[in-house]
Parts: sequence; C-alpha cells; structure tokens
Amino acid sequence: MADIDSSGGGSSPKKGKKKRGKKLSTRVDMTPMVDLGFLLITFFMLTTSMSKPQAMEINVPDNTKIPENQETKIKASQAMTILLTGKDQIVYYFGVGEEVQEPQITDYSAGGIRKILLDEARKRNPSFDSIAVYENQFKSGKISEELYKANRLRIQGYKNGLIILIKADDKARYKNFVDILDEMLITNNGRYAIVDIAPSDLKMIETNPYLKK
Amino acid sequence: MSKVKVPRKSTWVDMTAMTDVAFLLLTFFMLATTARPEEPVTVDTPSSIAEFKLPDTKVIIVTVDKTGRVFFDLKGKDFRRALIEKMAAKRQVALSPEEMDRFSLLSAFGAPMNEMKSFLELNPDQRKQYNVQTKGIPSDSTNNELADWLVESRKVTGNTAIIAIKGDVDANYPVFKQIIKTLQDQKANRFNLITGLERK
Repeated sequence: MADIDSSGGGSSPKKGKKKRGKKLSTRVDMTPMVDLGFLLITFFMLTTSMSKPQAMEINVPDNTKIPENQETKIKASQAMTILLTGKDQIVYYFGVGEEVQEPQITDYSAGGIRKILLDEARKRNPSFDSIAVYENQFKSGKISEELYKANRLRIQGYKNGLIILIKADDKARYKNFVDILDEMLITNNGRYAIVDIAPSDLKMIETNPYLKK
Repeated sequence: MSKVKVPRKSTWVDMTAMTDVAFLLLTFFMLATTARPEEPVTVDTPSSIAEFKLPDTKVIIVTVDKTGRVFFDLKGKDFRRALIEKMAAKRQVALSPEEMDRFSLLSAFGAPMNEMKSFLELNPDQRKQYNVQTKGIPSDSTNNELADWLVESRKVTGNTAIIAIKGDVDANYPVFKQIIKTLQDQKANRFNLITGLERK
C-alpha cells in the first residue's frame, strides 16, 4: 500500500534448493488505520464546539413602583436621550424629553454615535480620559484588576457625568439594541438606562422630515 | 566506464508514527469537546466586544429567531427533568415518565404546553419539521408561558441559573421588550445577551 512494488519480475521459485519456511515480514500496513484515524478526527472536529458562547451582561432596574417623591430626578444638563429607530438610524437629543429639543440624526459607525458619546462624556466629566489610561496600565500589568475596576467605577460615577437614556421604537432591530449597548462598553459610559419610549418621542420620530422611513 | 548503479530503495513509509499522532489528536478531541447540541433554529447573533463566557450547565437560554418566535432552553439534564415535572403539574398537562425523560435529553424547544405531548412523541426528523412551522412559546401578556418556564427553571436551579437571551440580528425590538419585561416582573434584573465575536 504505502510502497511501490519494486521487486522486478515475477516470483521465480528457485530449483534444487531445500524447501525452507518462508520468512514473513512482521511489518503491518498502517495506511488504512491512519485513514480511519484522520476520518474520525475530522468528524469530531466538525461536530463539536470548542468555544463557549460569549455574552454581554446587562442590568435593568427593578420595576417596582416607587413613590413620586422618592424618585431620583436627573438633571437635564446631564441627560442624553438616544432613540433607536428603523433603517439603522439613531436620533439623539440632550435633555430628559419633556419637550424634545433639536433632535439630531446619526448612525452606528465609529464616526457617528461613538464620537458623540465620547465628546459629550469628556465635556461633562473632566477625568473621563483617565479610564483609558488606567485600562492601559492594567493591560500592561502595572496595576491590579481591583484597582483598575475601582478607579473605573469612581470615574464613571462622577456626579455631573453623562447619563444616557436608551429608548427603542418598534421599528428597531435587535442588532441596534446590542450595538448601542456595545457602544456604551466601548466608550466606557457606565451610566445608562433602558427606558420605554415616550409618546412625545414617537411623535417626534413620526414628524421628523430628515429620517428615512 | 560502467554505469553507476543506483541501489534500489524501498519506498515503504513507516506509518506507525503517523498513526500515533492521528490517534493522539483523536483522543484529545474526543475528551476535550462536548457534542454540539442541535439547535432548533439558526440564529445569527450580533457581535460585541463583551468577553463574559457562559458556563455549560445552569443556563437558561431564551432564543428569538428572525421572525420573533421564542424558544426556551435550560441546560443540565437533571434540572430539565425537574422542570418538566413542575411545568406539567402547573399547566395540567399529563405526561408519562418516558416523555419526561425524553424531554430531559432534548435541547431548545418551541412548543407551547398544549402541544408538548405530541411534540415529545415526534422522532428527530419530524421534530425538525415541527420547529420550522411552530409559532414558538407564547410570551404575550394574555398567555405568558415563557414566564412560567422562567419561574420554574429558576426554582429548580435554586435561583442560581444564569439567564441569557440569544436573539437574531433581524428580530424586532418589541419581542425583546416583552421578554425583558417578563424578566423584570419576576425580579430577574440581571441577565445576559449572547453575542458573537466582534468582526473587525
């Protein structure tokens, strides 16, 4: 099997010699066994999954009703509202949304919502860029993970920092929702909430002439 | 000058070493991996930079496909067995012990409770067909079976199960809003979204 017959000519029994027991080679042809081995390897490689699924953790607030006077109000100067709508478009405006002012339209590209989120976070939180510095130090092993996380939480919890309200209408896709949460991770914005869309927002989307319907 | 005689060499290759390697790899793959469970629907998950890895058991996975149908899965054979017993009692569906055993060996399913008995009687091929045409587990407010599945799953795992939502890129947001609301209603405020690797 694994060799080419090179004995040359047929077997010619020699005459006049004493009949002797033929010496048999103890070599076994391994080729079929290798074939089988690799076939099984291929099978196992294709049918099994090595990697565990990855997941993104999200926390939503408890939805038990709290009395009106105990609700924490956020300052309009801190708040940014992001509305996810159809055709992969984002509408955003600043303020809580009692009266929608100057809504802007952007998209999910790096130059779109990510740049805006970073700019706004920097504007409101003077030490915002330190998170990236701490992250680099942590990655190069200069500081411990606990120290990095503590600093990160401290900076993200800055009292005048940006608070993002994420709302999605019925036309938004699941991808949009995951993308915006991913942007929150990428831009190190720790304070965001997923909120139900308000009628005024829906009306604004409905009447906005610049949105692709 | 006489011709230089090239000695004839045998072309026999010793395959023993190769066999050794092949079987070593084979053993490695057999031991290091678990069989990929059959999924009822193909779901194209969105990508993210998240790095959290889900464990193998005690995971509740709610799958939402492209058209918004909901499938449910609880990992771990013993937990599944306990779960179907509880659910059958709660929804008053009579299931035989064999059917419950069969349920404990399945993976994700999208059968409403009233079709559960017939679903468990199907063979794998029929089950595949069933998964194509099923409407998924009812999760709207009039008949929220998903809520029951979640409540019972959390009970049988002693409230330690990790809840994960696996959604298709093109699924509509309202379905997720409904699922998140269902989770919030039972105070499961911490859960995960399964995502693929960031392709960049």
